[in-house]
Formats: sequence, structure tokens, C-alpha cells
Amino acid sequence: MERYVYLDNNGTTRMADEVISFIHGYDGLYGNASSMHTLGRQAAAGIEWARKEIALLIDGDEDGVIFTSGATESNNTVFSIFRDRIDSGSERKRIIISSVEHPASIETAKYLGKMGYDVSFCPVDSIGRLRLDELERMVDDSVALVSVMTGNNETGTIQPVKEAAAIAHRCGAYFHTDATQAIGKIAVSVKDIDADYLSLSGHKFYGPKGIGVLYARPGVPVSPFVHGGHQEKGLRAGTYNNQAIYGLGKAAELARTGLEEEHRRLWQMREALRKGIEESIPDVIVNGSNDERLCLPGTLNVSFPSAEGESILLYLDLEGIEVSTGSACATGSLEPSYVLLASGLDVELAHGSIRFSFGRYNTMEDVAYVLEKLPPIISRVRAMSTRKV
Amino acid sequence: MADSFMAQWVYTDTVKDHFMNPRNLWKDGEAFDPDGVGEVGSLACGDQMRVGIKVSDGRISDLRWLTYGCASAIASTSMMSEMAIGMTLEEAYHLTPSMITDALGGLPEHKFHCSVLGDKALRAAIDDYLQRNGMENPYKGTTAKIICECKGVTDHMIEDLVKSGKVRTFEDLQRETGAATGCGKCRERLLEEINECLHIYGL
Repeated sequence: MERYVYLDNNGTTRMADEVISFIHGYDGLYGNASSMHTLGRQAAAGIEWARKEIALLIDGDEDGVIFTSGATESNNTVFSIFRDRIDSGSERKRIIISSVEHPASIETAKYLGKMGYDVSFCPVDSIGRLRLDELERMVDDSVALVSVMTGNNETGTIQPVKEAAAIAHRCGAYFHTDATQAIGKIAVSVKDIDADYLSLSGHKFYGPKGIGVLYARPGVPVSPFVHGGHQEKGLRAGTYNNQAIYGLGKAAELARTGLEEEHRRLWQMREALRKGIEESIPDVIVNGSNDERLCLPGTLNVSFPSAEGESILLYLDLEGIEVSTGSACATGSLEPSYVLLASGLDVELAHGSIRFSFGRYNTMEDVAYVLEKLPPIISRVRAMSTRKV
Repeated sequence: MADSFMAQWVYTDTVKDHFMNPRNLWKDGEAFDPDGVGEVGSLACGDQMRVGIKVSDGRISDLRWLTYGCASAIASTSMMSEMAIGMTLEEAYHLTPSMITDALGGLPEHKFHCSVLGDKALRAAIDDYLQRNGMENPYKGTTAKIICECKGVTDHMIEDLVKSGKVRTFEDLQRETGAATGCGKCRERLLEEINECLHIYGL
């Protein structure tokens, strides 16, 4: 293997070296942060430091930061809060989410739908961007919650969350945004978006796995999803994972301080790869947008007609290049990416989609290596295919 | 530390070998004049296979294939080609998915579908050969037929489900097998199959 190129940073990221050494600086701080003794109070001070870092990162109030196991739990918690309200007799009984949300929201919403709750899905346009006109048409004073992600994990498409929040608020509904993919890539401000709730995960921006945040703007409805002890003001039970929270705080600090430079670097690599692919491989389709203002900087999603995604992924893997695919074969189901289908992409092209996602540890040498290895792989897979381009 | 975890490849070594070095591939521009050609699956389903056969003295003397699909689909077709060459038409017609997956050292359960298409494409090629030569097909009806390509649902499966009482309606069948939840174009044929089984067993 000539080189190892990790291009699945939207899947998860390598923990930053700074985060790892920061965490190890507190190896001995095992105290239960809920305890009154010295070790407990020290542990709690670290957690409060991390809370402040998260608040700074998303331009929110420290009081609104609730530590969870990750964005999946955060999203589940938001839906659970509104389920509780509906069960308690609230007049607002409808939940609207976009059709391209992460499974952590889509599957939770579908589950609620199955349980008899009124859940609807707002369509997107051909780049996978929320149709604000449709959202406008769908909302009324029976809507409790509107949830739209900040940036999409598969296509990188940035959603008009500020406008969506305004539409939700005009009809008196609350607004949640799953910012998991956007954090560390673009500036995210809960104040600017006017979001009531926001979800994020540490492992998507060089922090530890298994730790994340639900931000609930002070004053909005809250109720626990995980019941138990009185941690997080009774909103999220379970002994604090000290080291993970410290690591998350450190990752937040890194994301906040180096954002502009990182955005520029990621977009440069993404565009170099896109142009290189378009020049060296015939018949390719870029999914999502090539407009820097509408696409998360490190994400490039490409469909290769006549070539199936899992085969491409595995041939790339044999060359040391790690990517992901929207092909059904890789999802464990027989359906290809619902995100690409929702954007109106042909089923075949969804099966043949590859997502390259750049991160902090990628360089232009990685782009050059992919551009050396990918074209012959696509030729090879296409030569085997029943359909010729 | 990471070195202490040994990562297995996604599939068996045999699958990997066939994926990396596919046998009997139908190369572009190759002078191969088949006596019969079969094609099954669809690009929409994510799997499509085309098989061309040469027949002499009632045996498959040569075979070429093309596959649009995942690694296990490519490996299944490749393995099928090695197994089928030299077989009598009757043997080849009765090549089953499990014979192919066994030869590959197994496939994950959700990938079984891929091998189902391999032998089906081979049968379609044999059907085509027999038809081209105006010959009766003595093997027809002796094997299961896939109706829902996407979910690999066969006529035999439907028959068993109807017989056991688990399936009475189209919705029952969808719940039991997921049939027609992929591209959905088999809906009519599934309905016919269910009705036929209900009729045959007087239900």
C-alpha cells in the first residue's frame, strides 16, 4: 500500500492530537463530578469549562448546554420533549422535519409516526436544499416542532436554517437544528439562526466519540429522555464522562479558533478533487452544490454512472483510500441513499454515488493520490458493467 | 494498540480473490460469439448480470459475463462462471445460489440476493440458447423462479408462505418478505403468483 488516505471525515474524524494530549492531562481526574468532595469538584470544574467552550462555539448560553452521548441522543431527546408535550394535551400536535435529515432524526420521526403521532417530511430541491415554499405551505398553528439540519452529511448541502426557523417561529412552533455536520466546518450561531434547540457530536470535529450536546435555549420546553440521577439539572441522567467532556471542550476550542483557515483549506481540497475527477473521468455527476455558500467545505459527493458504489469503495479501500457510498449494498438494506433520492437523483445514480469527505489531517497530496488511483478503478468497474457509458 | 485488532476483510478470501481477479469476464471488444445470452436484474435494483454461453455436445464449453453490482455480485458471477464451464446444460440449469455461495466460502445474509441473480442469469442464457435452436426446454418448471428481483423473492417462497397460512394478501407478502418494496415493478406478478397459489390450494 503506497499511501493511506482517510476521506470519510463526515463519518467520523480522527481525534485531534491536541485533544488526545489534553484528555491525558486529566487521566487522574476520575472523581464523580456530582460529588461534593475535592476530586468531584475538580471534575465538575472541568465540565463547566467544557460547557463554556461549547457555548462559545455555538454562540449560545452556557445554561442551555446539556451533555449527551452524541447527536443521536440529542435528536431523540428533542422528539421526546415534544412527544411528552403532545401526550400532555398540547394543542400543537404536528412535527415537521426535512426529508434529508440524518437517520437519527428520520428514523425517530418515522417511529413516532408509527406510534400515531402526526409527522410530516418537507421536500428538498435538486441540490438537497429545503424547499422553503413547501415548508411555508405545510406549517400552521397546529405545528409543535420544525427540525432541519444545518448541513447535510451526504451531500454537504447547507440548509436555509435561518429562514426555516423564522417560518417555524411565525406560526408559533419551536425550531431544532441538527448541526452535527456543520460544526467545525462553518460558523454556527444559535442566535443568528434563532434556533431553540441544536444537536452536535464530538467525534465529527476531532473530539471523542460517545459525547455530544443538546443545546436547549433557556426557557424552551425541556424534559429528560434518559431518566435517573439529577445530572444536568435533571435533564440527562448518568454519571458524567469526565474525559470525554474535556475532550469535547478542547475540540470546541480548536474548532472555534481555526475555523476560517480550515474552511479555506477544506474547500480548496474539495474543489481540486472535483475538478480533477471531472477532467480525468468521463460522465460523472456531482451531487449537491458547487457553490461555496451552499456546501460544507470538505464534502464532495459524486455519482459514476454504470459503476456501482460498493465496488468502487472496496477497490479504493484496497488502494488505501477510505470513502463512503450511497449504494444500497453498503447500507445493509436494498435501498440506496434516501438523501440522494429525495433530491430527485435517479436510483441508479444513487447506487453509484461516492462521498469523499475531507478533514483536518488531509493534504493536497491526498487529492493527488486519489486522482492517480480513482480513474483506473472507475474504468475497471465500468468495463465489468452490463451498462456501458 | 490498534495492531492488536485484526481487521477481517468484508468478505471471505475467496470472494476477495474473485473480486480482484474476476474470471471469464466479457472483455470489451473480445471476439466471443455466444450461443445464448441471459440478462437479469436491473440497475435500479443495484444489481444486473449478463451471461453469454457457448454450448457444444450439450455442455457449456465457454462462458462470459458482465455484472453491474457490488463486490459479492461480481464475485458470485465470477465463481458461477468457473463452476458452470464444463457442466451439462441440465447440471448448469440446476446450479443453485447456495452452491455458489458455498464455493465462495459464504456470503453475509443480506448479500445472498447477489448470488441468486448469478444462477438466474445463467438459466436465462440456457433458455435463450434452447429457444434459438428451437429446442424444448426440459428443465423449465424444475427450479424456483425469482419474481421480486430486488428482494430475491421466488415463486417457491410464495407458495410455501401461502401454504403455511402466513400469506393471504399482497400486504402479508410484503410484511413477510419485503417483496415489491424495492423498484416495485414486480407487484402485478406477485399478485398473480399469490392468487395462483390461493387457487391451487383452494384457499
